[in-house]
Amino acid sequence: MIHALLAILAAQLAGETLSRSLGLPIPGPVLGMVAMVAALRLIPRFAQLMRLVAQGILGHMSLLFVPAGVGVVGHMSSLGGQGPAIFLALIVSTALSIAVGALVFVAVARATGNLDD
Amino acid sequence: MTNFAEIWVYLSREPLLWLTATLAAYALGDACYRAAHRAPLVNPVLIAVALLAGLLWLTGTTYKRYFEGAQFVHFLLGPATVCLGYPMYENLPRVRRALLPMGLALLAGSITAVASALGISYALGVHGEALASLSAKSTTAPVAMGIAEKIGGSPTLTAVLVILTGIMGAAMATPLLNLLGVKDWRARGFAVGVAAHGLGTARAIQVNPTAGAFAGVGMGLNAVLTAVLAPYILKFFL
Repeated sequence: MIHALLAILAAQLAGETLSRSLGLPIPGPVLGMVAMVAALRLIPRFAQLMRLVAQGILGHMSLLFVPAGVGVVGHMSSLGGQGPAIFLALIVSTALSIAVGALVFVAVARATGNLDD
Repeated sequence: MTNFAEIWVYLSREPLLWLTATLAAYALGDACYRAAHRAPLVNPVLIAVALLAGLLWLTGTTYKRYFEGAQFVHFLLGPATVCLGYPMYENLPRVRRALLPMGLALLAGSITAVASALGISYALGVHGEALASLSAKSTTAPVAMGIAEKIGGSPTLTAVLVILTGIMGAAMATPLLNLLGVKDWRARGFAVGVAAHGLGTARAIQVNPTAGAFAGVGMGLNAVLTAVLAPYILKFFL
C-alpha cells in the first residue's frame, strides 16, 4: 500500500514539475495520469501493486469534490444578476455537449465498424 | 468538567471536526443516493454540499476554517486523477481501437460545450468577464482557471462554473443518454468526461468501469483541446 501511494504521489510530482517547468497547458495530475499508464504498461507487476489502491480511491472520487462544492456556495453571489441566465446556459450547454459527444462517437463507431465487444 | 463551549472552541480550531463532517455529509448523501435506488438526481455531492453549507452557516464558521479540515480531502483530487491511469491501462487496447470515434466526438463535444455556453449566455445578455469565465467550464478546474485568466475571465467565477457544470453533468448524464438510446459504454463515458470533467468521470466510474476509463480519457483530452479552442470561439462573442 505504501509503495502504491508512493508511486501515485511520485507520478503527480513528476507531472507537476514537468507542467510547470515547460509551461504546459496540461495540469500536473493529468500528466501524472499519463505517466501512470506508461509505468503500468512497462512493468506488468506494477499493476498488481496499484489495483486495490487505485480502485479504492476512484470508487469514491465524488467525495473529493465536496470541499470545492462547499466553496461554490459562498461564491454564488459572484454570479450577480446574471445568475439565472448563466445557470440556464450551463444546463443547456452541458446537456448538448454530452448528447453531441455521445451521438458523434456512436455514429463514427458504427460507420467505421468499430463496435465494442 | 469542561463545558460545551470550551470543547467547541477547541474542536472548531482543529482540522478534525470539519474533516469528519465532510466524510459524514458525503456518507449521508451516498446513503440517500442508495436509498433512492441510485436515482441520478439524488446526487451525493449535492446533498453533502448542501448539508455542509447549512452547517457552516448555522455555526457561523468561515469557509477558510472549514477548509483547514477539508483540505485533506481536497488534496486527494490530484492523486485520484493520477489513479485514473489504472482503468485507462486496463482498457488500453479498447481505447486504441476507438481513436477515430474518440477524436471526432472530442472535437464535436468540446466545440459544442464552449460555443453553446457562450451563445446562450450572450443571447441572454451576459457580457464581459462572466462570458470569458464561461468558456472553459467543461474542463477540469485547474485548466479552466488558467484558461479564464488568459482570456479575461475571473478564476474564482470559473471555478464556480466548473463545479456547477460537473454536478449538472453527473446528475443528467444517465437519464439523458438513456433517452437518446446510447448503449455503447465507451461513448457514454467519453462524452461525460468531455462535458463534465472529473465530477462526470467520478460518476461514470460508479456506473460502469468501461465508461469510467473512457471518461478519464475524455477529461484529459478536453483539457488540452479547450485550452487551444476557447480563445478563438470567445472572439466571436466579443
